[in-house]
Amino acid sequence: MSRPSLLVTASPHFAPRDTTPRIMWTVVVSLVPVIVASAWFFGPSALLVTLAATAGALLPERLFGNRGALGDGSAAITGILLGLTLPPGLPLWMAFLGGVFGIAFGKLIFGGLGQNVFNPALLGRAFLQAAFPVALTTWPTVGGDWWSLRGDNFALPLMTAKLDAATGATPLGLFKFEGIRPEFADLLLGSTSGSVGETSAFVILICGAYLALKNYLNWRIPVSILATTALLTGVVRLFGGDKYPDPHFMLCSGGLMLGAVYMATDMVTSPTTHRGCWIFGFGIGFLVVVIRIWGGLAEGVMYAILLMNALVPFINRVTRPKVFGSRTEVASP
Amino acid sequence: MRNLLSFRHGVHPPECKDLTAALPTRRMPFPDEVVLPLGQSLGKPARPIVKEGDRVERGDKVAEADGFVSVPVHASASGTVSGVELRPHPDGTVTPAVCIAVAPHSAQVPRPRMVPEWETLEPEGIVRAVQEAGVVGLGGAAFPTHVKLSPPKDARIETLIINGCECEPYLTTDHRTMVDFPERVQLGIRIMMRCLGVDRTIIGIERNKPDAIEVIRATLPDDLDVEVVPLTVKYPQGAEKMLIKAVVDREVPSGKLPLNVGVLVQNVASVATIAEVFETGLPLIERIITVTGRGVRRPANLIVPVGTKLRDLIAACGGLTEDAREVINGGPMMGAAQGDLDTPVLKGTTGIVVLTEKECKSRQTYACIRCGHCLDACPVFLDPQILGTLARARRYDEMVPHHLWDCMVCGCCSYVCPSNIPLSQLFQLSRAALRKAEAS
Repeated sequence: MSRPSLLVTASPHFAPRDTTPRIMWTVVVSLVPVIVASAWFFGPSALLVTLAATAGALLPERLFGNRGALGDGSAAITGILLGLTLPPGLPLWMAFLGGVFGIAFGKLIFGGLGQNVFNPALLGRAFLQAAFPVALTTWPTVGGDWWSLRGDNFALPLMTAKLDAATGATPLGLFKFEGIRPEFADLLLGSTSGSVGETSAFVILICGAYLALKNYLNWRIPVSILATTALLTGVVRLFGGDKYPDPHFMLCSGGLMLGAVYMATDMVTSPTTHRGCWIFGFGIGFLVVVIRIWGGLAEGVMYAILLMNALVPFINRVTRPKVFGSRTEVASP
Repeated sequence: MRNLLSFRHGVHPPECKDLTAALPTRRMPFPDEVVLPLGQSLGKPARPIVKEGDRVERGDKVAEADGFVSVPVHASASGTVSGVELRPHPDGTVTPAVCIAVAPHSAQVPRPRMVPEWETLEPEGIVRAVQEAGVVGLGGAAFPTHVKLSPPKDARIETLIINGCECEPYLTTDHRTMVDFPERVQLGIRIMMRCLGVDRTIIGIERNKPDAIEVIRATLPDDLDVEVVPLTVKYPQGAEKMLIKAVVDREVPSGKLPLNVGVLVQNVASVATIAEVFETGLPLIERIITVTGRGVRRPANLIVPVGTKLRDLIAACGGLTEDAREVINGGPMMGAAQGDLDTPVLKGTTGIVVLTEKECKSRQTYACIRCGHCLDACPVFLDPQILGTLARARRYDEMVPHHLWDCMVCGCCSYVCPSNIPLSQLFQLSRAALRKAEAS
């Protein structure tokens, strides 16, 4: 019975079922159907843009992140999610730059994984939107030859891109600025103009449900966001009349699904308490409705989430659970 | 309605009890040496009263109680005292212990009755007899039983709760106690109720032990108000506060004792021991221990002399397998891994679990991703995420307002943490640091 050494570790001695890398890589895998759906509608451009954004996200993580940080999969998620929020026709160097910015300024300067306040993918997108507003709002139409590029993906950095692909407006833009309402079925399946991944609400919902079942995302956040958005829109429409959008149009258009299911549920930048998640989701839903209906922009999901990200520490503090036995109880005589 | 009673949060680790749940208890042969640390209870360590070369019989007192919150230690085998030496203790320290070289070929016959008959005793007499017999809680914490049996005069206890949950995975000590010695459990309840002047007793047993529930129900005394309550299988159902919440739906106020809600909780093995002591007339010198895990060749429920070294105990179970890697004193959720197989079994040792290389958890940790799973698991509703962040920054003082002292160190938070952060260990270290700062 004389063996070299016994292992001495702290209790509990059971191995946990979930590990952080497993959670992250499962999220990456769950995004595959979304990527496939986007490729179905937008052809090779969708894949190229997503790939460029991911490469951009991985680069700074590899250069400046902790040793082995690439292995935890979080940078890959950021890159893919960023790619999915971009127009398919975006020049690749812009997508790449967005990924670099998201990871470097959205995550690494805060101290790496778990330390960032804002969703790095959305921060990357906010940067691109500020830097290249025209390119970020040029939406190709769905359809045509599958193999054709949906824009000048290979434009050289800082050169003006050729705009020869067919472009159209997103459903939200059409509604907001021209008052045209698309078919609901098109919205649900995703055959409308829009960014790479904000098209197929249906596929995103299925993938999100899978993650929620595995407890890799808190279902309260998307449920709260979608319910708030639908309810508020319903109320506005009830009192404001037909010039306002209907709830199902709001739910399935733009980046709401992708944002509610994948962006807002980022564990690092969402509340840790369940009650906090309800509040967080309500805040996002409220801001989305306000920005979309009364704001100057057609889409508001990105800013709604980023604004609520900033409130997360505060939400955590006010929703902290009450410790066991702190409710005053009548002691027995 | 009652069938669904439990507590909020908690975790569901694999139970792994089928290795030993069906094995009746058997006696292990006496080892060559027993090591009896003087500190075996939560109270003050005992004072040795023997010296090197003394001859002791089985059951003789070798160290006496030092004050009220302290219990004596008795020889668990007859032989010769080889000295009061510094020996490894299961808590990782090295402490003074009475070492006895067990007489070979001895019949190990104890001296005649050392504990008085209980029927003739007043409550004070029972308390004294229980202390003299060295009885402590056998559920793991080893709190001196006689202290529990003598609550302050102004406290009124309405309900006695017997803890038969055994929520730690792998362990079947309490389970086998209930199945193999139901009469002792019943007698122990009778003695405790007499001693405390309580009219009502509830036995809480997790539903994964249907045979224990059945046996205990079948042997319940008719003349006493005793009820068996099957409870949800969830960790830590056996924690005192969680059990009280589940059984009588009262929350013990933060920082207070079960007494404050009129309840006293005693582990079922300890109850059986009270009965055993009065029945056999012998002090607490042996106990049931589960030796189990995939790293042991022949898992068993053994009646073990207190002071038996892990080496001998494991040898009595066929030895370790080739891939055995971690030996745990206690269950896998709260037990302490042992680096030295010369540490002895104590009165409070519930089981020895040996894990194989494959079952041991990885030592790789990742950054906290604020997933909130620990908040979802904590049975006392703490925020382990904040506490862990503060502990790692060594900001111990700031942990107190976050209820550091309410933590039961049950390990639920560490168990669910996907980043493998040793949260409950950090909290234990933080408390130790705070205590040290306070002392100096």
